[in-house]
Amino acid sequence: MEKFDKLSGIAAPMPLVNIDTDMIIPKVFLKTIKRSGLGVNLFDEMRYDRQGNEIPEFVLNQPAYREASILVAGDNFGCGSSREHAPWAIADFGIRCVISTSFADIFYNNCFKNGILPIVLPEAERDALMEDAEKGANARIEVDLEAQTVTSSDGEVYHFEIDSFKKHCLMNGLDDIGLTLEKAAAIDTFEEKHATERPWV
Amino acid sequence: MSPKTLYDKIWDAHVAHEADDGTCLLYIDRHLVHEVTSPQAFEGLRMAGRTVRAPDKTIGVPDHNVPTTLDRANAETMTEDSRIQVEALDKNAKDFGIHYYPVSDVRQGIVHIVGPEQGWTLPGMTVVCGDSHTATHGAFGALAHGIGTSEVEHVLATQTLIQKKSKNMKVEITGHLKPGVTAKDITMSVIGETGTAGGTGYVIEYCGTAIQDLSMEGRMTVCNMAIEGGARAGLIAPDEKTFAYCKGRPHAPKGEDWDKAVEYWKTLYSDDDAHWDKVVTIRGDDIAPSVTWGTSPEDVLPIDAVVPDPASFAGGKVDAAKRALDYMGLTAGQKLTDIEIDTVFIGSCTNGRIEDLRAAAEILKGKKVKDGMRAMVVPGSGLVRAQAEEEGLADIFKEAGFEWRMAGCSMCLAMNPDQLSEGERCASTSNRNFEGRQGYKGRTHLVSPGMAAAAAITGKLTDVREMM
Repeated sequence: MEKFDKLSGIAAPMPLVNIDTDMIIPKVFLKTIKRSGLGVNLFDEMRYDRQGNEIPEFVLNQPAYREASILVAGDNFGCGSSREHAPWAIADFGIRCVISTSFADIFYNNCFKNGILPIVLPEAERDALMEDAEKGANARIEVDLEAQTVTSSDGEVYHFEIDSFKKHCLMNGLDDIGLTLEKAAAIDTFEEKHATERPWV
Repeated sequence: MSPKTLYDKIWDAHVAHEADDGTCLLYIDRHLVHEVTSPQAFEGLRMAGRTVRAPDKTIGVPDHNVPTTLDRANAETMTEDSRIQVEALDKNAKDFGIHYYPVSDVRQGIVHIVGPEQGWTLPGMTVVCGDSHTATHGAFGALAHGIGTSEVEHVLATQTLIQKKSKNMKVEITGHLKPGVTAKDITMSVIGETGTAGGTGYVIEYCGTAIQDLSMEGRMTVCNMAIEGGARAGLIAPDEKTFAYCKGRPHAPKGEDWDKAVEYWKTLYSDDDAHWDKVVTIRGDDIAPSVTWGTSPEDVLPIDAVVPDPASFAGGKVDAAKRALDYMGLTAGQKLTDIEIDTVFIGSCTNGRIEDLRAAAEILKGKKVKDGMRAMVVPGSGLVRAQAEEEGLADIFKEAGFEWRMAGCSMCLAMNPDQLSEGERCASTSNRNFEGRQGYKGRTHLVSPGMAAAAAITGKLTDVREMM
């Protein structure tokens, strides 16, 4: 997994609340057996018309935001399905950080498996960054995972909270499975005890 | 010992390792896999030279993509990309030796209906699947939730998940439901009350007399939509109804093991003075047959209400409601019962069980769907389908003008050819009314099976109580 430490980039504003996983990557693109190549279909139904032409009003089609690497989003981003195709598509597009007031649980966890940092901020701070993002390509937002800060284009610094284990894995690009297999002995012991106490499981 | 909630008890019984910062390895008792979110996980195992740690606890069934037409035994009826996904699951199941119900098996169906039906899901277990509606299994007092594909791979390789504990939320439904009001109306009303993010960070336990009154099928409907309220999982404490449902199922314990299991299952309830981080109480007799008007499951109202004015909301919801009305082609102030529909879909892991089909058939008996109406029933599993045929329900549906389909997820998420066309409006017993969910620019109104049947007859959203 790609490491995440610092990021400085253009932020695209998406103020709509409850942006769901069906919007992020519609189901027609779930019929893949690969993880890659989904960026072109990120937000497909909002981004293209039925003939496949770009809808100019959509934020990521605007010249200022085509190279965005950060999303500033409305409340409850990523609600709905467990499809990891959503973070796959976001990462494949080149977005490495999403900022909102809240995320759906499964989507939030899925981000960390794919080198994406989801940042939760209070409403007023998210709104300030949304305004910043609306200024366009000249307004670069900076994210520092180690310091747990987001800095707006005019130098305002916001602190965010993050689980220490998730931070550690993201900063070092660690493979969860490898880490867990180091604890195989603990799993073996538990499994044996569990099977004795509850043989029907 | 300090008092515990049901969630605390199941959690504590499955922690295989706990780090200093509270990060746990939670042991997983049942892992369900389907064709859409698993191929990359199996591929990841192969590339790393890993194997499935507990194939005997891993159960696969294709459901999302599969056609529901009667001729589906012929793989040619699938689009090529769907066929590749189903064939990949066929192969992965064989290569890794997991339990498997292929498309041709009468026991095939929606993974969340097959699990309980086959007795894989039992009280006190941890159950995961790469599908958000895994919450369904919480009806048995099992801790069940959806995971992403990376986590599917993690569970395949280690039989554990890296987790931190969620908070405890109690949703109590007091009193009793009135006639015509169902489990679907309970679960939609709860989301209407708490919002789609109201459960974020929590595991919900549903309790109260109106929940105890429900059958296992109804309890599965309630827990199924816990995820629509943002919760990691929904739970209902097991009781005699739960034990009766499980008894005799193919993979339920037998003999001495059964007695031992029941003895343990009887300890699975929240202690009287357990701590709750959040409590929501709703009076069961206040709940009416409900319907969604917008594009989020929280956009729910009683059937006798009118389409709301976006200006009546606050914050970002004002623009979201405007967008929803525009998408849905509705006007503020319009009576919900004046909304004309084109299509009725009865099925899904929310409402594709035998009791749901009985409820719909009860309304449809001796009646016909409105001229021009497209109406389909997609049973949740091959066994539900067989039982409905035996009970004569299939004949009622067919005589009323419904298509009687094979089992699968079908139009709930429209990954197979069962889709709405642009602007087509559907009364659906499924769980999500997101934009494009049932087809590009399709319009979804979520309802109970009885309400769906009533709408099929009148051609409009209809109060089922008027047809009882």
